[in-house]
Amino acid sequence: MSNISSSQIFTWIERYAAQIAEQKDYLTQLDAAIGDGDHGANMHRGLQAILVKKADLQNTDIGALLKGVAMTLISTVGGASGALYGTFFLQASTLAGGKTELSPREFGSLLEKGLAGIVLRGKAAVGDKTMIDALQPGIKAYKDSIESGETMEQALSKAVSAADVGLSSTTPLIARKGRASYLGERSAGHPDPGASSTVLLFRSAAETLC
Amino acid sequence: MKKLINSPENVVLESITGLGAAFSELIKIHTNPNYITRADAPVENKVALVSGGGSGHEPMHGGFVGRGMLDAACPGAVFTSPTPDQMFEATKAVNGGKGVLHIVKNYTGDVLNFEMAADLARAEGIEVEAVVIDDDVAVKDSLWTAGRRGVGTTVLAEKICGAAAEAGHSLKEVAALCQNVNKNGRSMGMALTSCIVPHAGKPTFDLPEDEMEIGIGIHGEPGRTRTKLKSADEITEVLLQPIVEDLPYKSGDEVLLFVNSMGGTPLLELFVVYGKAHEILTRQGIKVTRSLVGPYITSLEMAGASITLLKLDDEMTKLWDAPVLTPALRWGV
Ligand SMILES: Nc1ncnc2c1ncn2[C@@H]1O[C@H](COP(=O)(O)OP(=O)(O)O)[C@@H](O)[C@H]1O
Ligand SMILES: [Mg+2]
Repeated sequence: MSNISSSQIFTWIERYAAQIAEQKDYLTQLDAAIGDGDHGANMHRGLQAILVKKADLQNTDIGALLKGVAMTLISTVGGASGALYGTFFLQASTLAGGKTELSPREFGSLLEKGLAGIVLRGKAAVGDKTMIDALQPGIKAYKDSIESGETMEQALSKAVSAADVGLSSTTPLIARKGRASYLGERSAGHPDPGASSTVLLFRSAAETLC
Repeated sequence: MKKLINSPENVVLESITGLGAAFSELIKIHTNPNYITRADAPVENKVALVSGGGSGHEPMHGGFVGRGMLDAACPGAVFTSPTPDQMFEATKAVNGGKGVLHIVKNYTGDVLNFEMAADLARAEGIEVEAVVIDDDVAVKDSLWTAGRRGVGTTVLAEKICGAAAEAGHSLKEVAALCQNVNKNGRSMGMALTSCIVPHAGKPTFDLPEDEMEIGIGIHGEPGRTRTKLKSADEITEVLLQPIVEDLPYKSGDEVLLFVNSMGGTPLLELFVVYGKAHEILTRQGIKVTRSLVGPYITSLEMAGASITLLKLDDEMTKLWDAPVLTPALRWGV
């Protein structure tokens, strides 16, 4: 199975930026229903800031690239999602120092390390109606698929489906973390905005990493 | 949307630039990243206080930077927490060698971003303590939510702890005092109208002409109940009762009564609320020994008010009375 190059990783982030730009208003609408209506604007601001640094980020190893992505998100997004997505990429970067390519298995370990960072920082678990509800099953599906010898394409497509199912599962839930938790029962009946932007992270990976 | 702005993108930067121009003898504006410091920062051998949060709550926090209160404030985008690089740079800029206290309002974004900033500052050898303010009694189920929100008590904590830092208290002492203020402060707010976030361009929520939202948060988070509009006296009762019962404040207690405008409610109305609250407390034997009335922690142009009670002890009262010289609060100087 072929490895993932650093330029592919940057293309993944670029594709993610494009999808966020496209879905910006939708994400904001989701956040207006159960939060404060800024998730789309927050994410868009951060990803556009990454694109501005393209020249610098493209010519480094994967560790430095992911760290650059992380620091940019941390310093431009704000809100809960800035700290959490920033932590995700920062933790992932620690496993890719000096590397110019990653095996599919290594890529899975990076994702897991990032997830662990988000959990440590935000202290949410599956079922709290957060991005974790899409991220955790997405990563698990990817890893299981790679472990059972399937291709990158299959693994990422399973990850997208699992994340999507995770996103749908947030709709009936009552939020227990983040701003949406103040709504109590009124948060049920709406999908979680952060889980929605997480599905796009897998979708853009599936379109660029295989 | 009718607003006195040039563009939603530039409103925060233009506003803090104006603040800096108006009070250049007290504060200094730093950009890229944005933060506001005392003009004479860093003050050697004094604990430094840093706060911050989304913009839209003016004069909090930038208006509270100055002698006897905050050393720095970090304004985020409207209703969005600031980012760690802002708090990190502000922390470095005001550190006078005696450590830095972060005063954080309890919102997930604020807490997470301040935690990251504290990690960065500690990695550079700066001693940092953080206190999270969570005084909003409107949030009932604090176990199953992100916890009570930080509202009015924040203003009081910044004033009282600022005075303690000025008086030479250590970082541990100022942090403990801040915890103590938080433990003894309770708030609840209500809205008559929604606010309009510049980026969104339309009201955050719909509130019919004859209804109000009791227990509203400062970002328009929904409250406990939405009911038909009532008189100022009745609204004051509805806000005050859960506050008094929560701590509880008891007969013989000395309290600071803080009646705050959400931005759109004028002082004329605010003093009506204050008068009624004072009367209710007095009837219950609770002694109002200090007061604050005005727009101090606002929610853009939202009409409405919040009430905060702080149970005072002698030390807190003395620190409350100590001189303060900031754009929005000044006395004793
Ligand atoms: N403690 C947490 N752990 C994981 N994800 C969280 C947590 N709190 C909030 N989130 C995610 O952040 C999203 C909201 O992001 P955003 O609107 O950008 O920030 P904010 O809530 O500060 O306005 C939520 O939809 C949720 O997925
Ligand atoms: Mg939000």
